[in-house]
Amino acid sequence: MSTTFAVLVGRDLRLAARRRIDAALPIAFFTVAISLFPLGVGPEPQTLRQIAPGVVWVAALLAAMLSVTQLYATDLADGSLEQMLLVPDARLAIAAAKAASHWLVTGLPLVVAAPVFGVMFDLSREAIAALVASLVLGTPVLSLLGGLGAALTLGLRSGAVLLILIIVPLCIPALIFGAGAVAAVDAGQSARGHYSLLGAVLIFTAVLAPLATAAALRIATE
Amino acid sequence: MTTTSSRLRLYRFASPATFYPLAGKLVPWFAAVAAILAAWGLWLGMLRAPTDATQGDAYRIIFIHVPAAWMSMLLYVVMAFWAAIGWAFNARLASVVARAIAPTGAMFTFLALWTGALWGKPTWGTWWVWDARLTSELILLFLYAGYLALVPAIDDPRRADRAGALLAIVGSVNVPIIYFSVVWWNTLHQGASVSPAAAPKMAAIMLQAMLLMTLAFWAYAFAVIFVRARAIALERDNAASWAGAAVGRTPAQTEATT
Amino acid sequence: MDQRQTASAQAASDAAIVVCELQCRRGDRVLFAPTSFVVASGTIVWVRGANGQGKTTLLRTLAGLSSPAAGEIVRTGSRPPLYLAHANALKDDLTVAESLRFLLQLAGEPISAAAIDAALERLGVASRRNAFVRTLSQGQRRRVALARLAAQREPLPWLLDEPFDALDASGVAVVADVIAEHARRGGSVVLTSHLPVPIDAPVPTVVQLHEPAMA
Repeated sequence: MSTTFAVLVGRDLRLAARRRIDAALPIAFFTVAISLFPLGVGPEPQTLRQIAPGVVWVAALLAAMLSVTQLYATDLADGSLEQMLLVPDARLAIAAAKAASHWLVTGLPLVVAAPVFGVMFDLSREAIAALVASLVLGTPVLSLLGGLGAALTLGLRSGAVLLILIIVPLCIPALIFGAGAVAAVDAGQSARGHYSLLGAVLIFTAVLAPLATAAALRIATE
Repeated sequence: MTTTSSRLRLYRFASPATFYPLAGKLVPWFAAVAAILAAWGLWLGMLRAPTDATQGDAYRIIFIHVPAAWMSMLLYVVMAFWAAIGWAFNARLASVVARAIAPTGAMFTFLALWTGALWGKPTWGTWWVWDARLTSELILLFLYAGYLALVPAIDDPRRADRAGALLAIVGSVNVPIIYFSVVWWNTLHQGASVSPAAAPKMAAIMLQAMLLMTLAFWAYAFAVIFVRARAIALERDNAASWAGAAVGRTPAQTEATT
Repeated sequence: MDQRQTASAQAASDAAIVVCELQCRRGDRVLFAPTSFVVASGTIVWVRGANGQGKTTLLRTLAGLSSPAAGEIVRTGSRPPLYLAHANALKDDLTVAESLRFLLQLAGEPISAAAIDAALERLGVASRRNAFVRTLSQGQRRRVALARLAAQREPLPWLLDEPFDALDASGVAVVADVIAEHARRGGSVVLTSHLPVPIDAPVPTVVQLHEPAMA
């Protein structure tokens, strides 16, 4: 099963490398979305510093949700998903591999880009570090839950918007603890409680989401 | 008599053909019970319960708000339960019941939110506050909305039932986590403000009124869900002979539809 | 009960797949009348039926991708069958060689570069081995997908959905040869085709799917 996982992740990464522009679209969305907030809210530094953690986190959440529909859609269309499902007991490996490749292609770049936005919103160095740390813990949760949503809505017309509606409520704890960690650091308090809770959410999701996604794949393709 | 025959009798109710007429007979009874209990509960709550020292008469909205909130949470779990049964045992009727529960659950959630807003305005001056309870109710509404959006989006009824069941189960598992995170979030940003949803001290008569209203909502939910479940079951088994008999088709007409 | 015993007995012998009173569904509709047949080693089964009768669904059910609506399938052997769907399962952005390697890796086949080249050569697309799949024509893509058959050595059951589709005469001949060789090696083949199957050794057994009886 681990070889199936490795083969799938390798293939998805290679495909993303061949379509670099498509792979960069979520980051572009992330950038544009975040840049809208100062324009909408006003450039007052104090306000921006206060809303920064929430804005970055919400933008990350939306960017992840919008990019995750493609996860299974192309493989379903050209028959690759069927071939993957033929491998005995592959569903769990497929779910895990899809979430992993999504994080590597979309989540990790978000984490790398976050400090730039921290500076744009005039966050302190400690707050930026907290932002990166919270995104490192939180973006895998988004990829895992997004994968579940993609499997549940496999092949449906309403696709992306339906997925957002279904999955966003489940992402709210990660959003609360992640943005809360940065806000705490910004206010000079310790974020250790937030990190522990976020870590717990990550572990819980990492264990259960692939199982649920595997079940969703079975339901969607039977 | 023996265990075998009673088990057989239970399985009979799992058939839509048996459920349909039975539910039809029960609906008027549930509706009557709901009406009576609601009248009694509202009389107690609106007229007989004492006026609150701090909130005046505005607090009386809790006799609708709190039972509605309880029902909204209870119905979500019940919906997830029946959907799971339908999935695990391939029991179509269970899935039909789950589908029938969702709109009623969403309605109670909406009612809880609305009455929460109506309560907030005279008491604390704003139509909406982001306190833990109201925010959790809002997220619960999103969970219902997700289910209500997903299930009709899938054409294949079996896949729709199962996908809905999985979503409802995942939602149920997450509800405590979401609630905890919202409470955490709210206490962090608390400051000096106190939640307007804090209920006044409960006199016995107020508890009695709330209990009656809860039971009234329960009975109402049963009635409405049975009506809806009958309609869904009829639609699904459209070609079956029992469905034809139920809507007054002759056997010859049923033959013609297949 | 008797049929099930016969089914298990036959499975224990050299049959690769035993199908017993099988019915498949799409949505709420049962697609064909209960069908039984045995896919023995070294044989080719040709499933025939009208459009929409459920030939593809039958193959998917035999592959284990769908559950049957009724009846039973008994499979021997631990490895899953090789299922070639109507869709080619090739990614536009991978090269021909990469695509084939991926499919073989998924199936757990040994994948030396030489073996891949030999398979592509057999199907006449070796010259395009480093071309991206999106630059190939429909027929060429089908040949790449079919190259999996040429690369596969073990006598697994093959489930082929319209293998001769989109091929020219030479392609049809090559694929027919590959299928016949597989059968002679002890493998078994279940295929659908609306074109005549140009194989006479072994002669394909025809299984006809019929409309289900009125409910």
